[in-house]
Amino acid sequence: MNIALVRLVAIRIALALLTLGFVSVAVFVGTEILPGDVAEALLGQNATPEAVAGLRTVLHLDQPAYVRYFLWLGGLVIGDPGRSLVNGVRVAELISSRLPNSLMLASVTAVVCVPIALVLGITSAIWRGSVYDRVASFLTMLVVAVPEFFIATLCVIIFAVRLRWFPALSYATGIVSLDQFFRMFALPVFTLCCVMTAQMMRMTRAAVIDTLRSSYVEMAVLKGARPIRVVLTHALPNAIGPIANAVALSLSFLLGGAIVVEIIFNYPGLARLLIDAVSTRDMPLVQACAMIYCAAYLFMMMLADIAGILSNPRLRYR
Amino acid sequence: MLGKDLCKFKIAGADSVRLGDAFRRGASRRDVMRLLVAGGVSVGVAGALATSVETAYAQTPRRGGRIKVATSQAATSDTLDPARGLSQTDYARFFTFYNGLTTLDETMTPQLDLAEEIAPSERAAVWNIKLRRDVRFHDGSPLTSGDVVYSLSRHKDPAVGSGVRNLVAPMEEITATGPHEVRIRLGAPNADLPAIFGTWHMAIVKDGATDFRTANGTGPYKCQEFRPGVRSIAVRNEEYFKPGKPYLDEIELFGIPDEPARVNALLSGDVDLVNGVNPRSAQRISSAPNVTLFETRAGGYSGFVMRLDQVPGSNPDFVLAMKHLFDREQIRRAVYRNYAVVANDQPIDPSHRFYNPNVPQRPYDPEKARFHLQRSGFANQTFPIVVSPAAANSEEVAQLLQQASKQIGLNLQLQRVPADGYWSNHWMKHPIFFGGITPKPSADLVFTLNFQSRAAWNESGWRNERFDALLLEARAEVDTNRRREIYGEMQRLIHEGSGVGIPVFGSYLDAHVSKLKGLRPIPLLGLMGCNFAESVWLDQ
Repeated sequence: MNIALVRLVAIRIALALLTLGFVSVAVFVGTEILPGDVAEALLGQNATPEAVAGLRTVLHLDQPAYVRYFLWLGGLVIGDPGRSLVNGVRVAELISSRLPNSLMLASVTAVVCVPIALVLGITSAIWRGSVYDRVASFLTMLVVAVPEFFIATLCVIIFAVRLRWFPALSYATGIVSLDQFFRMFALPVFTLCCVMTAQMMRMTRAAVIDTLRSSYVEMAVLKGARPIRVVLTHALPNAIGPIANAVALSLSFLLGGAIVVEIIFNYPGLARLLIDAVSTRDMPLVQACAMIYCAAYLFMMMLADIAGILSNPRLRYR
Repeated sequence: MLGKDLCKFKIAGADSVRLGDAFRRGASRRDVMRLLVAGGVSVGVAGALATSVETAYAQTPRRGGRIKVATSQAATSDTLDPARGLSQTDYARFFTFYNGLTTLDETMTPQLDLAEEIAPSERAAVWNIKLRRDVRFHDGSPLTSGDVVYSLSRHKDPAVGSGVRNLVAPMEEITATGPHEVRIRLGAPNADLPAIFGTWHMAIVKDGATDFRTANGTGPYKCQEFRPGVRSIAVRNEEYFKPGKPYLDEIELFGIPDEPARVNALLSGDVDLVNGVNPRSAQRISSAPNVTLFETRAGGYSGFVMRLDQVPGSNPDFVLAMKHLFDREQIRRAVYRNYAVVANDQPIDPSHRFYNPNVPQRPYDPEKARFHLQRSGFANQTFPIVVSPAAANSEEVAQLLQQASKQIGLNLQLQRVPADGYWSNHWMKHPIFFGGITPKPSADLVFTLNFQSRAAWNESGWRNERFDALLLEARAEVDTNRRREIYGEMQRLIHEGSGVGIPVFGSYLDAHVSKLKGLRPIPLLGLMGCNFAESVWLDQ
């Protein structure tokens, strides 16, 4: 579109690759430092020295750490993230069976949560100081202060066990009807929304209040513009930068932070895969999941920055 | 139940047996009524009688139905390889898709399964096994001795990474002496070999099988789908060698690691059978209308271990003091909510056929504990105890112990460590810690793995030559009564001298929808020792 944008994206991508490399080293070192390895973790209480040694040789764990790291890195560069140490299945296969689930949950939550948070934030900003503002803020803060697993478990007990409106487990294979889809996702999405709304709403509210204080908004009011037009056409476009940042931060939490929801609703997502992999010290899988989270986070940040630039004509046409 | 109903109508014993037999052989209610009327009973009474007898015998299994089972563990380490199984989920799958040479019944006595005959010779050092001839694998090929030889020998191969390599190592020679005959020569006599064959690791796979992404076994169900960490789907094996079994059409098995989520799934009707129910959830299940609790009393425990080769365990008075500080009834009531059996500091539980009831039950005796503590010289000192969620209920039991020990002038500090890596990094590596075992198919295995002087998992480092000698003697003894005597004395020795305090045997709690029938407790693990697939049916 223009030079500044293209240059920004290119620099960002280069930095992202560097960050990913650094993260991979950090994750590898972190998992190595943890006591125990795959062989011990798999055998548990049955770990006799011979059984552990036997399993180690089979899994090539007797090679030094840096050799294993570079072997893995080499594989990744040519596009092969390796095989899970625990069950020999290709990492790409394992992830490709879980990543779409996580993305689905994240997208549905985003589609539900972001509009609600934005509307709440903007209306609270418009009617700041009123009863509505105070109640909205209080409720969102209350809901975010309650732990996720409590909300989720409460929902399951009330809506799944007592009322039987929704299922307690959120997974089905094959094609599901729209009605089934809605029922399955209702409780997990509700739980995740409770967690995420507060931050986005408060940030939106603060950003819009800030722009509403500026002189051009005062000018628009003096001109006689209707309040809705003042907010939507004059104030909001200038508040997009901080709002986009807040939204991006919250959404990047969704991919990995949905672990509690995944556990309680038995949803086969990426976060549970990562937890499994760490408990069994399954290095290739841990690395792959960490790379995905890191890349997703960096991507969301880049989108937020681009949105900020695009919304500011001064930066757009330089 | 049948007896009580018939007593109301004062029918003699032999007649009641004949009536029951008539139903078992497929007589209808009308036929039984005819029998009774012919015998002189009035028609009205005959009608009522036939109904009550019929409801008692309505427990004949029905075919058909699908169930969903949720177990407590599901991870990417799920496997269909019997050598590598680690969790109850794996074990349940092994018994769904495979069979063993024997199977264990409710008294943990081995019953023949794939084997037609297992005969010891040379004082239990050589075993001759004859296989059934009517068994086929799921791919249609017949079961032969080559399959059995391969399945057992592969455990010895280090590349397979089997968890039971030590169990198979004494089997020095495993040879096929005919198309359906196998001979096993042991390095030392072992009368318990049939019991070992009944465990999940000893499932028989096809000769040469190395790819366990699906299961080709002889078992009651075929593997339609298996995704590690997600779920497995088992469909009925129409050519199963036991006529009439299995009863269900399909079993879907997956894991829900979070216990409240698992219980909620059962209560909301999403699953039909769950295992690993916490005693504290038991009341919710008992009060729900269409759900039943299923308790299995077995010999698994979380043991309070004092290393006898380190201070303070090296002082026998200290060990005795601690063992007298267990308020076993309180532990049973408060920690296990009555779903436990009081134990006596030795690992054989009352349901076991070799349990020795003559070992005097050690009571909760703070006075005696104080006396021993004074004699040991460790009064008013502080000792750390390592506890972890990995050793079930260790923290709760340790807290009760802490309260009790304050009264006699001893300070115990709890050192909490995470469950992750407990067995590799903390177990057996501290002076005082919590350990524990899961039930074993034979007393010999428990003693060999956990109490023999040189055993790798001899948690307290107890050394007793007489115990070791008795162990070898009992292993070679084929006469059951003599074995009972020897094991009785071994239990007494452990009770008196070992550094492991065993307050209770915790029961395994499962729960299921009430219309699922056929579950009987097998004291090896919950879910009928993980062998539920063949026996359960839906009464719908």
